[in-house]
Amino acid sequence: MLTSKSAARRRFTAWLGAFALAAMLPMSALNAARAASVPVAVAANFTAPAKELAANFQLATGNTLVLSFGASGAFFTQIGQGAPFEIFLSADSVRPKKLVESGLGVQGSEFTYATGKLVLWSATPGLVDNQGKVLSDGKFAHLAIAAPKSAPYGEAAIETMKALNVYDQLQNRIVVGESINQAYQFTASGSAELGFVAYSQVIREKKGSEWLVPQNLYKPITQDAVLLKTGENDPAAQAFLAYLKTPAALKIIRSYGYVTAP
Amino acid sequence: MWPAVALSLELATVTTCVLLLLGVPLAWALARANSWWGEAVSALVALPIVLPPTVIGFYLLILLGPHGPLAPILAHFGLRTLAFSFPGLVIGSVVYSLPFMVQPVRNAFRELGPAPWEAALTLRARPLDAFFAVALPLAQGGIITGTILAFAHTLGEFGVVLMIGGDIPGRTEVLSIVIFNDVDTMQWGQAGVLAAGMALFSFAVVLVTFLAEKRMARLRA
Repeated sequence: MLTSKSAARRRFTAWLGAFALAAMLPMSALNAARAASVPVAVAANFTAPAKELAANFQLATGNTLVLSFGASGAFFTQIGQGAPFEIFLSADSVRPKKLVESGLGVQGSEFTYATGKLVLWSATPGLVDNQGKVLSDGKFAHLAIAAPKSAPYGEAAIETMKALNVYDQLQNRIVVGESINQAYQFTASGSAELGFVAYSQVIREKKGSEWLVPQNLYKPITQDAVLLKTGENDPAAQAFLAYLKTPAALKIIRSYGYVTAP
Repeated sequence: MWPAVALSLELATVTTCVLLLLGVPLAWALARANSWWGEAVSALVALPIVLPPTVIGFYLLILLGPHGPLAPILAHFGLRTLAFSFPGLVIGSVVYSLPFMVQPVRNAFRELGPAPWEAALTLRARPLDAFFAVALPLAQGGIITGTILAFAHTLGEFGVVLMIGGDIPGRTEVLSIVIFNDVDTMQWGQAGVLAAGMALFSFAVVLVTFLAEKRMARLRA
């Protein structure tokens, strides 16, 4: 009885040791990666271009970026709570400004890296007409948007529906994704027949149908970048922001349907 | 805030009722199964405890969606998807909370052993009568525990709802989602009130369960 117990204890200790070792391996790898990399918070609509830009930047400079994607409002809250991002690529200009005002962003570092476009999109070919009439007379059960309070594209979708006087009649058909990426997923999977998504998300999409919402129906989606205080002394973070203004980067950004400053 | 409270309570109530209907017979079958498949099914039932809600949410998205295996049945009722709907949330919650109902009830049935059941059958009770008149009352403690836990667990559900709910006020925007949105948008006052309410309620539920179990144990002794 005693021996079996101590044998069991020995075995348990051995397992524990192996487990601790196994747990430490990836951790040390992670730490090594963290030491030489820049954490960047990226508004969900900018997911695809950000990945391409980061890959090019890494190739050119050897600096690595760690990208996180989510709703701008969620990042804004997280940064306020000390999230260790060094750069914030927001989907609006209000939140970067507020971060600078509250001392979390570096004064004068904000600039507009892209102006986004809203599109009404469906994975079903022919469902969306080129005037958006489907909103008032369409046969659909669900219309996906991003959370209006935390995602600027969601706010723009609400503005558009209000401008078209269809918001009240559509209200009970709206489903809300926590970011524009989830709104896109709801629509692309067909769970929602229609969705207001970012043009950049569907520009490479060959199937489906879309209506590029006229710019006069919603406030321009001016997307600003800001250097955060945590990255103030990081040359790699500054280099990435500088890279975003280069013609090569602007060309990539435009290729996803964004408008950039000339 | 109040519609979300009402919706969460409604979801938890409906889910718990469904779980009583499904989970108790399942627990009974599992308690009496002696073969390896009984353990396999038990393990399957226990999976939601260890699986991340995103895995369950992902499978539910596929299962309930317009290209999923349920789509032909849904089309019959004129529906394309069960995502973004209350019935969809009920299905998700039933899967998610299943182990919290089945495990205590199965354990209660197991503790009973076959003796009371066989005695009833020897006295010529029909199996169904024996189940309702003998097995169920004797396993009362486990059933009460399972009911409370399933209710509380559903009330606190978040990840699955986030993935399949679509955040519709009054239909799929449950309490935990409201707290998530409040935190996201810096409305920490309301988030604080709701979070404190949830914490207090959960504490009360767990405490009551523990006290009830202690009492049951003393009664048995």
